[in-house]
Amino acid sequence: METNEIFQKVKEVFVVEFEIDEDAITLESLVFEELGLDSLDSVDLIVALEKAFNFKIDRANDGAVIAQIRSIQDIINYVESKQA
Amino acid sequence: MKLNRVVITGVGAISPFGNGVEALSEGVFSNRSGIVNVGNEWRESVTDILCEVGGKINFDLNEKQISRDLRRNMGRVSILACLSAKEAVKMAGLDEEHFTSGNYGISFASTTGSSKSIVDFTSQFIEEKSLSSIKSGHFFQVMSHTAAANIANFFNIKGRVLSPNSACSSAAQSIGLAYETIKFGLQKGMICGGAEELHVSTSATFDLLQAASFHYNDRPTETPRPFDQDRDGTVCGEGSGVLVLENEDHAKLRGANILGEVVGFSTFASGEHMSRVTEKDLVAGIERLFMETGISPSEVDYINAHATGTIQGDLEESFALEKVFSAKGLNPYVSSLKGHLGHTLGASASLELILCLEMIAKGRLIPTKNLDTPDPKCGKINYLQEYKNIRPKLIMKNSIAFGGINSIILLRSYANGDE
Repeated sequence: METNEIFQKVKEVFVVEFEIDEDAITLESLVFEELGLDSLDSVDLIVALEKAFNFKIDRANDGAVIAQIRSIQDIINYVESKQA
Repeated sequence: MKLNRVVITGVGAISPFGNGVEALSEGVFSNRSGIVNVGNEWRESVTDILCEVGGKINFDLNEKQISRDLRRNMGRVSILACLSAKEAVKMAGLDEEHFTSGNYGISFASTTGSSKSIVDFTSQFIEEKSLSSIKSGHFFQVMSHTAAANIANFFNIKGRVLSPNSACSSAAQSIGLAYETIKFGLQKGMICGGAEELHVSTSATFDLLQAASFHYNDRPTETPRPFDQDRDGTVCGEGSGVLVLENEDHAKLRGANILGEVVGFSTFASGEHMSRVTEKDLVAGIERLFMETGISPSEVDYINAHATGTIQGDLEESFALEKVFSAKGLNPYVSSLKGHLGHTLGASASLELILCLEMIAKGRLIPTKNLDTPDPKCGKINYLQEYKNIRPKLIMKNSIAFGGINSIILLRSYANGDE
């Protein structure tokens, strides 16, 4: 899946799941500080990404990587790493 | 120790008649029924359910008026609770300063957490043998004190939060605990009441216990029929009723409009049976309440009965009222509002108490809808079968629940603070 396609899908997750205005979402957007997600949302983000990209996140081993996610670009990088 | 008087300064409601107390009042005072046939929807989930009728809220709640971060933790029951609490708080004139002071709390309950959320949560859990695809807010929709906790977050309340989930007595106990909390000076005000969402699993449970109406499926507005000789069981309904209770001195100091006064509360158990209420238990509880409050039964001029339209429950409640009142030459009017609203379970006592306040305000008593012929087997009491232009001064509100838990509230009209 191309990066732009991943970006569009991630955008869709944020619009549908977190009711965020599509125009507010850029590659640089900070997920917590700018888009307003909190710790509970980060749980829902994992569920939504699993569904959107049809992969399973390994909670035991991926936890540290997920904890590092700050921006939309970080999410895209993570999705790409799962697809590699 | 000084005991505070406790007054009501705000009310809010959502019912099958619409959003708000005005819609509720208009529906009931116009003698309309909130009961509809929902058989097609229910049979998709429970194929052998007999009861096809329910008191359903059919209008759009506009849930998105609640911000997403709060809404994600709310099932339908909490949404109903928060939206009706918003109306009550606005009427009472309370703001964030009151809520963050620690002087205001919550006492609010429902029969269970959101029924739909419980079914969804459990289904996913059983099917997938995993919780990994369950959303973060889902458990907060399921937990038993979901409505109370969500109201607390909705208003940013820092005071105490109580949630006495006791099925059909939930709202009565919530209001009673709020009353006691303020009476003993532990909080200046409490948001209290109960909520319930209509779900097939609840009606199917009453169905299973042979307590649900099903002979009127093709004529839903004619059931339930409290105290009527042709009653065949109760009809579950949904809604939410919220009252703001405050310390009288505090309410007067801030210039609040006072709608009525809670002057007594009693809750007591059967301790013998999960679903059968008896005349003996009710008489003992009612007499104890009058003894504790020092109020005489002769002061009661209207009784808002629990009467849900079940064969046995209506009999026992009417026998108890006959013994405490009629047998002593007392003749207060008695009606049940279940004929209009159905049995809104955890919300019933609060929605019905709000309508009692409306009766006081309008000077007009509401009769029991569908009570065409009082059952000759029921107790000899003063059944109200038509609207009557009387302004009640002291109302007794009964609430009887599965679990053998009964509650009674005494509500007095309030005029110029000296009544």
